[in-house]
Amino acid sequence: MSVLRNSLQRATRQKLFLPIFCMVLVLLINLMKSASFFSIAINNGVLYGRLIDILNRGSEIAILAVGQTLVVAVSAGTDISVGSVMSLSACGCCTLLAGYGVNSTSTLVMPMALGMLGGVLLGGLCGAFNGVLVANLKIQPMVATLILFTAARAIGLLLCDNQITYIRYDPYKYLGNFIPGIPIPTAIFVTIAVISVAALFLRKTSLGLYIQSVGVNSRAAHISGINSGWICFLCYLICGLCSGIAGIVASSRIYSADSNNIGLNFELDAILAVALGGNSLAGGKFTLAGSIIGAYTIQAITTTLLAMGVSTDQAPVVKAIIVVIIVVVQAPVFRDWIGNRSARKLTIAKVAAESGSGEGVA
Amino acid sequence: MEEQILITMRDITKTFPGVVALDHAQLTLRKGEIHALMGENGAGKSTIIKCLTGVYERDAGEIHMAGIEGNIFNHSTQEAQKIGIATVYQEVNLCPNLSVAENLFIGREPRTKLGMVDWKVMNRKARKIMDDLKIRLDVTNILENYSLAIQQMVAIARAVDMDCKVLILDEPTSSLDDTEVAKLFHLMRGLKKKGVGILFVTHFLEQVYEVCDRITVMRNGKFVNEYDVAELPRMQLVAAMLGKDFDDLATIKPEGASAAGGELVVEARNLSHKGTIKPFDFEIRKGEVVGVTGLLGSGRSEMVRCIYGVDRAQTGTEKMHGKDLKINAPIDSIKAGMGFLPDDRKADGCFAELSVRENIILALQARQGLFHTLPMAKQNELADQFIDLLQIKTPSRETPLSQLSGGNQQKVILARWLCTHPDFLILDEPTRGIDIGTKTEFQRLVLKFASEGMSIVFISSEIDEMLRTCSRMCVMRDGAKVGEIDGEMTQESVMAAIAGGEQQ
Repeated sequence: MSVLRNSLQRATRQKLFLPIFCMVLVLLINLMKSASFFSIAINNGVLYGRLIDILNRGSEIAILAVGQTLVVAVSAGTDISVGSVMSLSACGCCTLLAGYGVNSTSTLVMPMALGMLGGVLLGGLCGAFNGVLVANLKIQPMVATLILFTAARAIGLLLCDNQITYIRYDPYKYLGNFIPGIPIPTAIFVTIAVISVAALFLRKTSLGLYIQSVGVNSRAAHISGINSGWICFLCYLICGLCSGIAGIVASSRIYSADSNNIGLNFELDAILAVALGGNSLAGGKFTLAGSIIGAYTIQAITTTLLAMGVSTDQAPVVKAIIVVIIVVVQAPVFRDWIGNRSARKLTIAKVAAESGSGEGVA
Repeated sequence: MEEQILITMRDITKTFPGVVALDHAQLTLRKGEIHALMGENGAGKSTIIKCLTGVYERDAGEIHMAGIEGNIFNHSTQEAQKIGIATVYQEVNLCPNLSVAENLFIGREPRTKLGMVDWKVMNRKARKIMDDLKIRLDVTNILENYSLAIQQMVAIARAVDMDCKVLILDEPTSSLDDTEVAKLFHLMRGLKKKGVGILFVTHFLEQVYEVCDRITVMRNGKFVNEYDVAELPRMQLVAAMLGKDFDDLATIKPEGASAAGGELVVEARNLSHKGTIKPFDFEIRKGEVVGVTGLLGSGRSEMVRCIYGVDRAQTGTEKMHGKDLKINAPIDSIKAGMGFLPDDRKADGCFAELSVRENIILALQARQGLFHTLPMAKQNELADQFIDLLQIKTPSRETPLSQLSGGNQQKVILARWLCTHPDFLILDEPTRGIDIGTKTEFQRLVLKFASEGMSIVFISSEIDEMLRTCSRMCVMRDGAKVGEIDGEMTQESVMAAIAGGEQQ
């Protein structure tokens, strides 16, 4: 019994315990509700199933969470422009491919890869802009990114000549759907690629250490020989590039650039993913794995709600309630409170036992 | 026993993961006494206070207080305050943007019949409190307009007015100058007459002998003994704190201190940084230890910050090993072979949430560059090597730095620079706020490194500390270097130079 309790205690102290716990909880509720949630079938040569759906639909949030994690860690602030930048990248990409002012096209004016690259770079440009504001001009992250939060979507609309540009060219749909002959959604591969590159970069270089030291104490980092401003800029740049990639995936799903709807409210999900992952929004230490688990947890909640028949209008309410519970459980104040309660019970029990035995002797 | 006992703490035990912070510690505080709590860093002074005030909950032990039956458990500082235990910390925790009166009555403002704040009554009462304590100030003025000492006294006044029987002062004097300390002591003596029991934590021996009646000495979380101040010679106090016969600091003597013939390591001409330091020249030879002395704010720190490049020099040239050195950012000076231990440990040195290992290897990693990560095995080896060399007390190399005591944090930061093997190391107040044993160790280390060929700048507010280690001193006054002294230096000659008169 005590062995079990000890190992349980050790497990709860692990950094990734809570994110994983939340994820498992959501999946467990689904299991109780209907076991068919976990069934995966092959229809028309592609995989179908709720789990696949979560992995597929959660791609954008997971990609955004990678960049957002770094931004939060380095600057103790959030990049709230990521959703709008997604939309701008999508519009940029579609305009490059279709040509300015074209409403719908089935022939591309430039190679598809080049257009997509352009879109991603546009995202990177936005990230660089945010980075300069935050790292060089020392503007508060939320205020600095508020500029593109409001402006990027509008710029996207201008790029598309105030209309929705459709790319009716089959390979363009591959990224957000399926490549013929491969049963797994392509977005999952893109996500794996982005996460792998990020993880590899953090592991093989000292970027992770640099980001954490700047996030914990940028003055001390400067004195220790780290270019705090450059590291901060780099994180925003990476965040912008991630938004760009997510934007292209989102655009490919609907083979168009719908400026008003692509990436709408995604910044909130991305920030939430970071928080759910057990990362402090006050910066410093971070875990990328936590954020990614957080991203898929959010998507799992959304998918679950839709599967349970909650209407899309009401889903956010239920989602908010669940998120409140998860965030409260993770809050240090709450954990301390629980810890203190059990500790106090223990001391009271101990004191009672001591006084009891004392009386016995007397 | 004629004195009335206020508080007795017996067999207090408190453990943190991996560390026993308190091991059957005890403390007795009597009415109307000033009681010093002394011990090295990590002796458990703060922990026992926090157990008393409810910040921590003890694992075992008893606390009894006069007038209250049974064993006391405080679960929060508010509970402690209710039964008359008030604490004033080193960092004043009042609201600097409110008036003195507001700070005194915050949370318990006098109200009019309509439930509004009764400003007239509040200001009148506040004035009376401050008059009673013989502190002359305008209670309607904003708190931050007053010096830190006054702010601390307002914090004390607030505690006293809330009927405190026990007042805990946790290193209140470390950021005060002499006249401010005198004012504080005056206030403490007044409270003592009124029967308040004062628990006073400090590192300064002088102050203990000036104001305290009794001393409790702690070591490694254990109670060592309680002494009457009048009956305890200083050497014995230090011996009790260190737990060994004190091998006198005075035995440290710079050997072969003169390095006049050595190779010139750093040569600065006409460096300056606008607003902080006027143009100065500086040079240091191989194996030399140079002190920088002057009053606080005279430009000591600013001068070395300019040499190292934290504050970028706006005029002048710098040479290292005879080669021109252009410093745009600290990374340039690190690459050239400099190291800099800043004086504000918390703000400029510590990465509190990062592990001891990460804190140690950071500067070396920064010099290596982003793409040349030190292999984990190498990092572990370096961390272990310096934990061992500097005898850093830590549960493990992966422990967050914030869990170490002040002196050990300082050692970790020193290790950060030592592992870059600098030719020129700047130590700005390395011994501030750390206990006397570690201080001695630091001085020994400085002399050892110098004898191995490192050039070191050593800054300290304590002149005798520099006299023991330095062979030459730069004298600073009002943001400028006014001269240098060397040869036979004594406390008096250095003081005279600081005060003015002696020019190069």
